[in-house]
Amino acid sequence: MARAISTKSKMFNTATAGTLGFLMFFPILWILILSFKTEEDAIRAPLEVLFSSDWTTESYGAVQARSDYFKHFMNSVTISVGSTLLGLLIAIPAAWAMAFVPAKRTKDVLMWMLSTKMLPPVGVLIPIYLIFRDFGLLDTRVGLTFVLMMINLPIIIWMLYTYFKEIPGEILEAARMDGATLREEVIYVLTPMAIPGMASTVLLNIILAWNEAFWSLQLTSSNAAPLTQFIASYSSPEGLFYAKLSAASIMAIAPILIMGWFSQKQLVRGLTFGAVK
Amino acid sequence: MATKASRSSARLMISPAVILLLGWMIIPLSMTIYFSFLRYNLLQPGSTPFAGWENYYWFFTDPSFSAAMVNTLVLVTGVLTITTIGGICFALLLDRPMFGQGIIRIMVIAPFFVMPTVSGLVWKNMFMNPVNGIFGRIAGALGMQPVDFFGQIPMASIILIVSWMWLPFATLILLTALQSLDQEQLEAAEMDGASWPNRFWFIMLPHMARAITVVILIQTIFLLSIFAEILVTTNGGPGVATTNLTYLIYVSSLLQYDVGIGSAGGVVAIILANIVAFFLMRMIGKNLDA
Repeated sequence: MARAISTKSKMFNTATAGTLGFLMFFPILWILILSFKTEEDAIRAPLEVLFSSDWTTESYGAVQARSDYFKHFMNSVTISVGSTLLGLLIAIPAAWAMAFVPAKRTKDVLMWMLSTKMLPPVGVLIPIYLIFRDFGLLDTRVGLTFVLMMINLPIIIWMLYTYFKEIPGEILEAARMDGATLREEVIYVLTPMAIPGMASTVLLNIILAWNEAFWSLQLTSSNAAPLTQFIASYSSPEGLFYAKLSAASIMAIAPILIMGWFSQKQLVRGLTFGAVK
Repeated sequence: MATKASRSSARLMISPAVILLLGWMIIPLSMTIYFSFLRYNLLQPGSTPFAGWENYYWFFTDPSFSAAMVNTLVLVTGVLTITTIGGICFALLLDRPMFGQGIIRIMVIAPFFVMPTVSGLVWKNMFMNPVNGIFGRIAGALGMQPVDFFGQIPMASIILIVSWMWLPFATLILLTALQSLDQEQLEAAEMDGASWPNRFWFIMLPHMARAITVVILIQTIFLLSIFAEILVTTNGGPGVATTNLTYLIYVSSLLQYDVGIGSAGGVVAIILANIVAFFLMRMIGKNLDA
């Protein structure tokens, strides 16, 4: 940088941005506070909540006792991780082939794959619902895992493709010259170089699957219900139990919040399909 | 370069993904189109006679359809306006030198990772509840009448909640675009005496134009399908005040079990989304060439 920035203007920027950042973050901070209060304290005036009430972890226990929270948490883990890994299994070969053995049609195929993502879920709600009903897939983890895998597959392929594209082709050619077969090339040369890209792809897709709230609300009810559906059950009068709702919410968003902070950069690339880097 | 053998194995590697996506697209899509021409209600099992354009006729003449179209439009444009303008402001601010930039950015981005059902319920109960909610408390402390958010201004409340979730997305993408701007160009303009508004208007904004378009298009795709936030807060009400197209189709198909009309609505939703998708795809395609 050529010029010095005065500390004063830096302080001013910090104050303005800090205030806005605090306001954006406040709802999350507030439920974090409420989750450590009793129900009676949680509905008091905000200043009383902060300064004249005790802290307790009883709400967390109550949420588990009320409706087996851990089961729904594990459903979320199974479904989001499962759908991502399954998607990866199908996407890696496809993205690899398109990035390193491009054909005339490759670009069209990629664009077409992306276009399936543009299909509004509600447009296929009835067929999927009826198919699920007839095959006994409603309220099963397998069913929801498959659907989430399908809706995220275009993003996974697209992200992997853009990462693979950045690996220099000369290295692969060198491996081929040395007599590596296609299989060896993928396992020993490509995979180690592609691991960072694959890790971010996995991270972003777990986040997307974890927070997916159309299909999980439509296709599950109790047994296979992930946290999105479980939290929705608080929309009835139980929502007035602030402390329990807060505790359930905090546990539902905490893992993803932490993962999300680690994947900020990849998020841009993944969500804009490479249109903004 | 690529040999014949590697070409055919490449085709083999792409095929599982292509077959799955093709099936995922064609099977439900053709079923939706097919159902939309049948008189088909799950509560009346038995025959499902051909109905021609009847379902479309009922769907379009249903007064809740025009309401849902208007609501969808209001919701999408409302959120787009807030998040785009807010996102530009946030991005400009976060791009400036400051202390603790990383932490501030993390706080701004956090709402994007909150699942829709949680944000809906938290805003509804902890903030917008007229008795115990924070907004109600503040109004009370100031001696004002608390606002009954979901009774008096239901759509504005939904717009506020959804904007809170999508403002981080717009900020993050616009900030990424802004950071790729050549600093020397800005400094040169400053040396030549260009004022900040001029630098913003003639250098920064054109540089961000592409990212802004992408933000608008991608958000539109997602905003057309807003569902969970409405389900947990207003259930589409009061009346149909917050029923958007997605919610209306959900009501007619899974609550009223009318497969025919629900499917006709589904076809309408697909056509709408495709119009937006057409422009988005062209932008992404252009980038692929570059």
